[in-house]
Amino acid sequence: MTESISEWSHPALLLILGGLILPLFKGIAQKAYSLLLPILIIFIMSQMKVGNFGEIDFAGISLVMFKVDKLSIVFGWVFAIMALIGNLYSLHINQTGEKVASSLYMGSAFMVLFAGDWFTLLVGWEIMAFASAYLIFAAREAPAIKAGFRYLMVHVTGGVLLLGGIVLHGLETGSYLFGPIEEAYQGGLAYNLILISFLLNAAVPPLNAWLTDAYPEATVTGAVFLSAFTTKTAVYVLIRTYPGAEILIVLGVFMALYGVVFAVLENDCRRLLGYHIVSQVGYMVAAVGIGTEMALNGSASHAFAHILYKGLLFMGAGAVIYMTGKRKLTELGGLYRTMPWTVALYMIGAFAISAFPFFSGFVSKSMVVAAAAGDHHAIAALLLMVASSGTFLHTGLKLPYYMFFGKDSGLRPKEPPINMLLAMGIAAFFCIGIGVFPTPLYNLLPYAVDFEPYTGVHITESLGILMFTLLAFVLLLKHLDPENTISLDTDWFYRRGAAIFMWLANNPVLRWEQQIITLADGFALNSLHRLSKYSLSIDIHLVDGAVNGVAKTAIKSGSLLRRLQTGVVSHYALAIVIGLFLIIAVYVLITKGMT
Amino acid sequence: MIGKLVNFFGDKKYTAIRWRLLILSLIAIIIADFLVDRHEGHNFWDAIPGWGAVFGFISCVLIIFVSKFIGKKGGIMKQEDYYDRKHK
Repeated sequence: MTESISEWSHPALLLILGGLILPLFKGIAQKAYSLLLPILIIFIMSQMKVGNFGEIDFAGISLVMFKVDKLSIVFGWVFAIMALIGNLYSLHINQTGEKVASSLYMGSAFMVLFAGDWFTLLVGWEIMAFASAYLIFAAREAPAIKAGFRYLMVHVTGGVLLLGGIVLHGLETGSYLFGPIEEAYQGGLAYNLILISFLLNAAVPPLNAWLTDAYPEATVTGAVFLSAFTTKTAVYVLIRTYPGAEILIVLGVFMALYGVVFAVLENDCRRLLGYHIVSQVGYMVAAVGIGTEMALNGSASHAFAHILYKGLLFMGAGAVIYMTGKRKLTELGGLYRTMPWTVALYMIGAFAISAFPFFSGFVSKSMVVAAAAGDHHAIAALLLMVASSGTFLHTGLKLPYYMFFGKDSGLRPKEPPINMLLAMGIAAFFCIGIGVFPTPLYNLLPYAVDFEPYTGVHITESLGILMFTLLAFVLLLKHLDPENTISLDTDWFYRRGAAIFMWLANNPVLRWEQQIITLADGFALNSLHRLSKYSLSIDIHLVDGAVNGVAKTAIKSGSLLRRLQTGVVSHYALAIVIGLFLIIAVYVLITKGMT
Repeated sequence: MIGKLVNFFGDKKYTAIRWRLLILSLIAIIIADFLVDRHEGHNFWDAIPGWGAVFGFISCVLIIFVSKFIGKKGGIMKQEDYYDRKHK
């Protein structure tokens, strides 16, 4: 493959442009086309060479649209495989808008992946936010619409932080080429702004709630795409930009445990899985913080394995929701009788995320834990092992027990459509394949791998942890019964907190403001009356009038400002809605026009 | 075949066999953990036979009770209509 071809075979270009013309196809042709696109991407990945393509000079700033190296190839491969799995899983649906959105979403994730400069990255980052939000809105129910807006609000904020960081960083260094932030600029404002926006997309607590708030509200097929791309592109950019930043070890270990604790309390099946995205991404974030070659290999390989098993788990839970219309564990149970294939495939994903020997998590997660232990972070390693026990407890035991086994809900759903089962089958194939033959994945990693997962002690120790977790689960089962509750997370601050803030702004603050103005008014007037002994009455009226005028203007502009402030936010939201509606309208028109 | 396998884990009539299988596998894991070559490990816990079993069991118990404690006493768990209720 020559260089000139490579430039035009950017996966992002293909998926975004390819996604935009998808409405031109109808019926079977559209379905075939939606499978052809990811197959083409997989072919491109197989031909991909390391190098810089698509370099342009824009107003004196050199931009690199298409930069390929070993790290981006690892992520590129798993994104491509997941694109095929996701499109196969959603083959049966006829919502063209959703298919376009998922194609744009994956394309923009590729754009971030191969971005050689910060601006290309930013553009991909923003498209990702909007395209992914569509997958939440597409569920078309009131809770989903609300969650979608919260999701957008958080990501738009993150995008603004990223833009600010990029501009500041560019002014400091004079370069907009994407890469690790030089030591001289570490700890500065730009460094921190970019870090916060990355941590937000990686769902690091307290910036995690957008994920567990919105993913469970997305469409059945949309959640599968969502589970794969946003957090993992964040891990990718963290590996690129912040290797060895020690705060990431603390944050990563904290989030690994945070997800586990919330998963105990959770009743919604996909929200529980969402908390385990937070937990698993914690391993990757901690590994970036450790920053050794082994740790970064561990982070990348765990992201690879994670996308496939987490996709499989979301597909399993999605199949149940698709067939039963129910999502709460308290309303499910006993489905194993009629959905054995879904159970079996889901369990393969569960064994993989739990890192059972001969499943994918075993060969990737252990690399992160070993890197932590080898780099004198024994406490971090031990805490990550606690989180491992929790992972199996929830995704491997609690969720399948209450969803598929447990008390009989009386539901007798059929197996999901064959394309959904096939997509799950491909993901399951990789979950086992990577676990049994880790060498191809290890060869793909950015650094040479000097790690052997299958040692005797590692196998018996892992099995000990997992099987005695199972024993504790069986003994303590009644304590794990899901309850009909929701759990407050940090989204409280912008859901309930915002309401309280608005109430405060409308009531006490407004009253105090009036009193202060009255007081000032009265005081000013009295002073002026004292002054009047020495002044002409016309002066008094003039000054008096001026002071009153100022006070009145203050009251007026105060309320104007209040309206303006909320107005700005709502106008922004309105602009987003209008933009989205325009997109939807265009597709509706195109698709209606075609029939 | 898949149906039979899944049914084995769901059907109540196999409860006794499932228990026996679990206990057997737990014993097998402990025995294997004592026999395995422990020179390959890097951490202090790699030298302790039975470490994984004890660690896994205690971790799981801790996770369940600490999480439930935080959820119940920390005010995290709320009624499902919490966000829909009007603020007073």
